Amino acid sequence: MAPTSPGIGGLTYDPAKKARPPELNVLLALVLITVAFELIGRVFLGDSFLFNTRENVDSIFNWQRLNIIILQVSIVGIIALGVTQVIISGGIDLSSGSIVGATAMIAMSFAQTALVNGNPNPKAIFGDWAMDLPVMIPVLVGLGCGLVAGFVNGALIAYTRIPPFIATLGMMVFARGMSRWWSNGNPVSFPTEGYATIGKGMMPVVIFVSLAILFHLILNHTKYGKHCYAVGSNEQASRMSGIKVNNHKVLVYTIAGMLAALAAVVLSSKNLTAQAGMGVMYELDAIAMAVIGGISLQGGRGSILGTVLGALIFGVIISGFTFLRLDAYYQEMVKGLIIVGAVVLDQWRQQKRGRG
Amino acid sequence: MTDIILETRGLTKHYGGVHALSDANFVLHKGEHVAIMGDNGAGKSTFVRQLTGVEQPTRGKIIFDGAEHLFASPIEAREAGIETVFQNLALADDLDVPSNLFLGREKFLFKLGPFSILDKKAMREATIAALEKTAVKIPNLMNTIRNMSGGQRQCVAIARTAAFKSKLVIMDEPTAALGVQETAQVENIIRTLKEAGEPLILISHNMRQVFDLVDRVVVFRRGRIVANLRKEETNGQDVVSYITGAKTGSEYEGAA
Ligand SMILES: Nc1ncnc2c1ncn2[C@@H]1O[C@H](COP(=O)(O)OP(=O)(O)O)[C@@H](O)[C@H]1O
Ligand SMILES: [Mg+2]
Repeated sequence: MAPTSPGIGGLTYDPAKKARPPELNVLLALVLITVAFELIGRVFLGDSFLFNTRENVDSIFNWQRLNIIILQVSIVGIIALGVTQVIISGGIDLSSGSIVGATAMIAMSFAQTALVNGNPNPKAIFGDWAMDLPVMIPVLVGLGCGLVAGFVNGALIAYTRIPPFIATLGMMVFARGMSRWWSNGNPVSFPTEGYATIGKGMMPVVIFVSLAILFHLILNHTKYGKHCYAVGSNEQASRMSGIKVNNHKVLVYTIAGMLAALAAVVLSSKNLTAQAGMGVMYELDAIAMAVIGGISLQGGRGSILGTVLGALIFGVIISGFTFLRLDAYYQEMVKGLIIVGAVVLDQWRQQKRGRG
Repeated sequence: MTDIILETRGLTKHYGGVHALSDANFVLHKGEHVAIMGDNGAGKSTFVRQLTGVEQPTRGKIIFDGAEHLFASPIEAREAGIETVFQNLALADDLDVPSNLFLGREKFLFKLGPFSILDKKAMREATIAALEKTAVKIPNLMNTIRNMSGGQRQCVAIARTAAFKSKLVIMDEPTAALGVQETAQVENIIRTLKEAGEPLILISHNMRQVFDLVDRVVVFRRGRIVANLRKEETNGQDVVSYITGAKTGSEYEGAA
């Protein structure tokens, strides 16, 4: 323990002495991993990971690759923002990937255009009334799906005391079944132009970054954010201090469900189609991003900034493996190793802390 | 009877078949400091939990500040003016000192339901003021309390009661885990409460401390109050004989 210097009333307040933010370590890891890919690329492939090597392009960096990295993590990143506040509150959410599947199917059904290349839309699930609807309708329907699913998760966890792992596992299976039932084995395509713009180009990145800033502010400057950390840190103490823990949990899971639904809207818009298998394993990718970003699965610790950095590390690793022309199988295996490694690291940090 | 701040009548708590608290009749006067003593498992903490809304009694009445209360939650008891330092402290390790002090009753810049914006500056200043009262050394206010010593954590818990206006302070074994110096510090805080005329219920196993600080000793044994002794009319040996059951107060004969 650091020696105490007496200040007012024997008290010191020195912002400079604040403990080193754990996000610095994550940033460092991001830099190291990027440099490692760069070096491996230079030595073994004679190619650069980060920098532009094409003659006909006038740019220092390989923007194409960098854009793909951030684009491919944005959609799961939106889910990871919700997962972050769930884990900080001491819970877990395994249902987000399936919520993506179900929401994508349902929202897409309300985003159908009446005419496809001048012919009647073969995929219109409902009658004429449900075609060419304003873009707000499918978006609100989608968010509504996420709201209901998240609310059910939260209510189960808060009021029936089912462990979050079990409650959200149930929702995971249920929502996947729901999306299969809704799709009846067929994908739904042909969205309206309005709907197609939601996830167009770099829009997923814009949405992800805006939401990341919003949730960073919420977690750091609002009562809700403070209560996330309090409940995750010591639920009993939070209860005794008058925090309405049950209401808080319902809200946490509802927000997580709505973020997953938003990710589904963006994804189906970007792909111009929705199918029942959409979002499989996204919940684990999102949890991995948060865990790589230094969140503690015990609750009470973690941050949006950490998760955003974790998402970038995740993207760099996937992209790096493609760059090194390694098989997708290896990518999956390495993903698994990273998740376990990050959790082991967290446990180890906590034991060290426990010993003082 | 106007100088009574707290009275319980027939306060009883059963946990299934466990009669943790039976028919507790207890009176506390304004400005009075009373110690509750008794063996482990005697029902002291159970008594505190009924008074503070953490649990609801099986039976019995709580009359606080002239009105009968049934606190549905700790926050109701706090709003009525009962500040408590619980035995297990009720602190969140991952939060800094101001956040712990204001846990569940944060100050806001403006209200927006759950998304109300925190007034961190006001909370920090109020924390400094409250900690000055306790004269405790805390290395850095803005760090989490995880790595703080037992004494520092205890002082954070006590500062939490000092940061708010209250009509009654309850401390459940506040010095049980502390060193000599830290204990002295907590005892000083209790003395300032006495000077300020704030009534206090102190649960303690420390005989010296009890005789130093309080006006009256109430002894619990097996969930019952077995003695109510003015400090001047008793001594350590006497109290011990009530705690162990060698003696039972005349007014409680046949109770145990
Ligand atoms: N939540 C509970 N459920 C069942 N029994 C309990 C509970 N809380 C306390 N008890 C029992 O009630 C008795 C009194 O406990 P407690 O009030 O903690 O004693 P003290 O604080 O005097 O040491 C003990 O026998 C204890 O085991
Ligand atoms: Mg006790």
